[in-house]
Amino acid sequence: MTTAPTTHAAALALGDDALVLSHRLGEWAGNAPVLEEEVALANIALDLLGQARVLLSLVGDEDELAYLREERSFRNLQLVEQPNGDFAHTLARQLYFSTYQRLLYRELATGDTPLTGLAAKAVKEVAYHQDHAEHWTLRLGDGTPESHRRMQQACEALWRYTGEMFQPLDGLDIDWPQLEADWLTSVTGVLERATLTVPEGPRTGAWAAGAGRQGLHTEPFGRMLAEMQHLHRSHPGATW
Amino acid sequence: MTAVTTDTQEAEAQAAHEAAFDAAVAAEERIEPRDWMPDAYRASLVRQIAQHAHSEIIGMQPEANWITRAPTLRRKAILMAKVQDEAGHGLYLYSAAETLGTSRDELLDKLHAGRQKYSSIFNYPTLTWADVGAIGWLVDGAAITNQVPLCRCSYGPYARAMVRICKEESFHQRQGYESLLALSKGTPEQHAMAQDAVDRWWWPSLMMFGPPDGESAHSAQSMAWKIKRHSNDELRQRFVDICVPQAQALGLTLPDPDLRWNEERGHYDFGPIDWTEFWDVLKGNGPCNEQRLDRRRQAHEEGAWVREAAAAYAAKHGEARA
Repeated sequence: MTTAPTTHAAALALGDDALVLSHRLGEWAGNAPVLEEEVALANIALDLLGQARVLLSLVGDEDELAYLREERSFRNLQLVEQPNGDFAHTLARQLYFSTYQRLLYRELATGDTPLTGLAAKAVKEVAYHQDHAEHWTLRLGDGTPESHRRMQQACEALWRYTGEMFQPLDGLDIDWPQLEADWLTSVTGVLERATLTVPEGPRTGAWAAGAGRQGLHTEPFGRMLAEMQHLHRSHPGATW
Repeated sequence: MTAVTTDTQEAEAQAAHEAAFDAAVAAEERIEPRDWMPDAYRASLVRQIAQHAHSEIIGMQPEANWITRAPTLRRKAILMAKVQDEAGHGLYLYSAAETLGTSRDELLDKLHAGRQKYSSIFNYPTLTWADVGAIGWLVDGAAITNQVPLCRCSYGPYARAMVRICKEESFHQRQGYESLLALSKGTPEQHAMAQDAVDRWWWPSLMMFGPPDGESAHSAQSMAWKIKRHSNDELRQRFVDICVPQAQALGLTLPDPDLRWNEERGHYDFGPIDWTEFWDVLKGNGPCNEQRLDRRRQAHEEGAWVREAAAAYAAKHGEARA
């Protein structure tokens, strides 16, 4: 345990975000619409997995944390656990999340916490992720009528999971309302350039704002964990 | 000028081209995309490079089958990187085929229509985690044995693509070996899992070198053109000789009672290969032929709207390529 306990909770939450989204992106392997995207999605998944391993290791043993916790102990955003859906859903999820990560890590990279080193490295990676998602948002939004319809639908479907990102994380010195304002400016700018309508619905679920950060997840998450953890749990104590 | 004279001149020009091509091949020079080459040489290369490219992208499936279940984060990262490399290899190889005037789209259409093949090894299923290790050790090991000589292939773009691919494949082979070693030295259940995987992958790996020399349809001409450097049986023997001591080091048994050192030949003898199974799988009757091709077609069809959107956007905004 090398981290001051004050940032444990934040490292766990951000580590879980990266771990879970990496897993979801890994589900695309072999299924991407074009070979270049096989490479790109795997690249993003690998970056996120690398971040997850550093962050979880600040808190404890990475494999114990990834494979031996129950669903209610995970602190990731509900956004990142959402199933891939079609390519539009995957890219809308990525746009929302990578924009958040880019803004947050940029702040964390300038601080002096156990997360600073990771944030300084990761901000370069997530800048690429955000750029990739932005380009696809433009192509899909301003591509064909079908791609526009699908991207619009994806942006709306995931909008309700975006408010949770700005629930303050303990131990981080971040101006959260400012982060949220910057996020909105950035994302709405991209959506508008992509000829998409900025969703108008609520940005949090009615029953629990910040639910994922409190260990309340959506139904697909349990099945995702069952698949992810099954082999590891079937051989207690084994070395791989 | 009469038609007869023109024909004669063309024949002479053709003969001069052929002589220059033959001399370049004989002198171990590389043939480059803009060089004259016989139509049959071009067709043979397209067939081989396409089959190789298709093998890379179909080969992603059996391993991707375990990405979401990898037992540790380290193993997951290694496996994801490996599957990503395979997509990258597919990209280089389709590009190499494009230098011969055949587009990726055209080759993918042929794959999806079942008119071009991929390596039959990927028609076997990955049933346990140990299969990921066995594929790395045996399947990638066999691929390297086949592919290292291709780095000296007479066609420049293919040879250069293979240099890069072989470097990455040797990393894949090592990670497979290391993963199997961890299993073999692990719990009794893990050891049994590793042995079971090797039992299932050994013979199909030997079949990866293709039919015996006497029955190989394209071998002789490919050797003459220096696309291929060694015969199927030579490479198969080389692979067996490499694997036997590695299996001993792993503490695993290769499933062949006839496997023994032959002092006289300086090679390991091995038992007969079940060529009936080989031809059966090649013809489409392997455990996963339909599944692999269906999944590939499905991914391609489901991605059509994305590719169309990228093309439409590029047309509107003057992007070179999505």
